[in-house]
Amino acid sequence: MLLNLEQVTLRFAGNTVLDKVNFGVEANTLASLIGPNGAGKTSLFNSITGFYRPQEGRIEFDGERVLRRKPHKVTQLGIARTFQNVRLFREMSVMENVMAGMHCRTRAGAFGAVLRTPGQRAEERYIAEVAHDCMRFVGVDEYADRLATNLAYGYQRLVEIARALATQPRLILLDEPAAGLNATEKAALIELIRRIRDERGIAVLLIEHDMGLVMQVSERINVLDYGRIIADGNAEEIKNNPRVIEAYLGQEDEEMVL
Amino acid sequence: MSTATGRTAGLVDRLYATFDSPRRQMLLMVAIVVVMAVLPLVMGRYATTIMTNALLYVVLALGLNIVVGYAGLLDLGYAAFFAVGAYSIGILTVQFDWNFWLAIPPALVAACLAGVIIGGPTLRLRSDYLAIVTLGFGEIVRFSARNLEITGRASGLSNIPEPSFFGYVINSYVDFYYVFLLLAVMAVIASHRLYHSRLGRAWLYVRHDEDAAEAMGINRVRVKLAAYVTGSVFGAIGGIFFSVNLGAISPESFSFEQSVLILMAVILGGMGKIPGVILGAFIIILGPELLRELGELRLLLFAVVMLLIMLLRPSGIWPERRH
Ligand SMILES: Nc1ncnc2c1ncn2[C@@H]1O[C@H](COP(=O)(O)OP(=O)(O)OP(=O)(O)O)[C@@H](O)[C@H]1O
Ligand SMILES: [Mg+2]
Repeated sequence: MLLNLEQVTLRFAGNTVLDKVNFGVEANTLASLIGPNGAGKTSLFNSITGFYRPQEGRIEFDGERVLRRKPHKVTQLGIARTFQNVRLFREMSVMENVMAGMHCRTRAGAFGAVLRTPGQRAEERYIAEVAHDCMRFVGVDEYADRLATNLAYGYQRLVEIARALATQPRLILLDEPAAGLNATEKAALIELIRRIRDERGIAVLLIEHDMGLVMQVSERINVLDYGRIIADGNAEEIKNNPRVIEAYLGQEDEEMVL
Repeated sequence: MSTATGRTAGLVDRLYATFDSPRRQMLLMVAIVVVMAVLPLVMGRYATTIMTNALLYVVLALGLNIVVGYAGLLDLGYAAFFAVGAYSIGILTVQFDWNFWLAIPPALVAACLAGVIIGGPTLRLRSDYLAIVTLGFGEIVRFSARNLEITGRASGLSNIPEPSFFGYVINSYVDFYYVFLLLAVMAVIASHRLYHSRLGRAWLYVRHDEDAAEAMGINRVRVKLAAYVTGSVFGAIGGIFFSVNLGAISPESFSFEQSVLILMAVILGGMGKIPGVILGAFIIILGPELLRELGELRLLLFAVVMLLIMLLRPSGIWPERRH
């Protein structure tokens, strides 16, 4: 297991958001985490990436303890993420946004910057190179100099993925990447998610409400309901799992087509 | 009224737009430096001294701009760093007979320490508390200077020796004008390079969205601390040369009003943008001088003009504008 969660419990003022969650993602796989609204999916992402502090349990990434590490340390370990509601640096260019990802893989400080040392200049070139590579990979390189906030919503989502890729992760967590995308964009997203794994060897864990997309890309699906994992299996198994069907009943806004 | 101001603002914006390209900005800067370099040849002693003071303020304002403009932090006690630089030199050269140039490295180290001391505990505070803590820090430094034996108490330190540079003694007012011109140019270059660097971008990321920055692997505490330390080094360099220029320093040179003036230069000019901050520093120093004829009224008039500028151009005279 690349990522492994054991008995993770997260409470907010007595409200149990994650309840003894056992969960894992294997290296080089495409996995999904689904569940009704408010099930605790985003909270699980936040717990993995250090934004939330679960009270109990263990989280390990590649044998390293992740729990109680600061978010930037988790990113350094090789876990990247996107946010449910796009959180780009809106007033900065697409290029600068993607360059942010390279921060944790580089080291020049104030001295290097002021003196423009050869090492610092080489590093800046490297940062630009990786940023261009990531922008090309997701297909936003032609907008490199545009302000992030001026981009169409679908492209903003792609920039966020490029920025996460620039951290050079081994696992990428995507929180509802298809939300707000049209059919064409969704098809392109499916293609992109596959390429992230196939061409870059990065494992993908996806939170998604679009079941069509989930069933198409996921090799493994976990279902979360009221903070508990209620099912774990491949697309076929999940589709026919009675507990899953029950969990989704009465959720008329869900696009659960089983 | 509103259409008229709108039109003026539009005109001003267009003027700035012509200097938006880095090449033209560079040319403008070179031209300004050349003009500044010949100024002492045509100016009298008084005017040259005032200009020297303005150049000192350029260095200080650019330093504070790193904290306030780039990193978006608040600092109401910036004069403290200025004081640390000045007093380090004063103490080492007067009390311990050190050579001026040898005293510079310890002065810079002291400034870095001061930056860490002020930055460390304040980074976890909300901005309103930050205002109080930084203000308090400024007052503590001044209070210490006024009460310690080694800093010469209220009368301060005098007879700070003039530095010599390869046998040439830097002592005339013209010499110091050129020293501060050089410092200001170096401060501009350093600010520019920092802004376009990994650390400079990190300041912007953290200022724009702390969570997203952290998710990108940026250590927010460390980045903010770097802003305080870098800003404090700028301040200390200003203080170091301020002390040898005057030859004497006293606690009152590092008052709260001093911090406010520097902050005003940054805000007035438009936080974050180098040309704006330079302009702000010049306005803060030259403004009251140009209005000197008016006697008592000049400070009032200056305050009114400042207020008008704030109202008409709330984001500064030459604000940061990107793309
Ligand atoms: N910071 C917080 N403080 C208090 N409660 C929280 C916090 N974050 C999440 N919760 C609660 O945890 C529960 C799960 O929220 P979460 O956002 O993880 O759900 P989700 O599965 O991502 O839902 P959605 O599909 O709508 O995004 C909700 O009841 C929410 O109110
Ligand atoms: Mg969510």
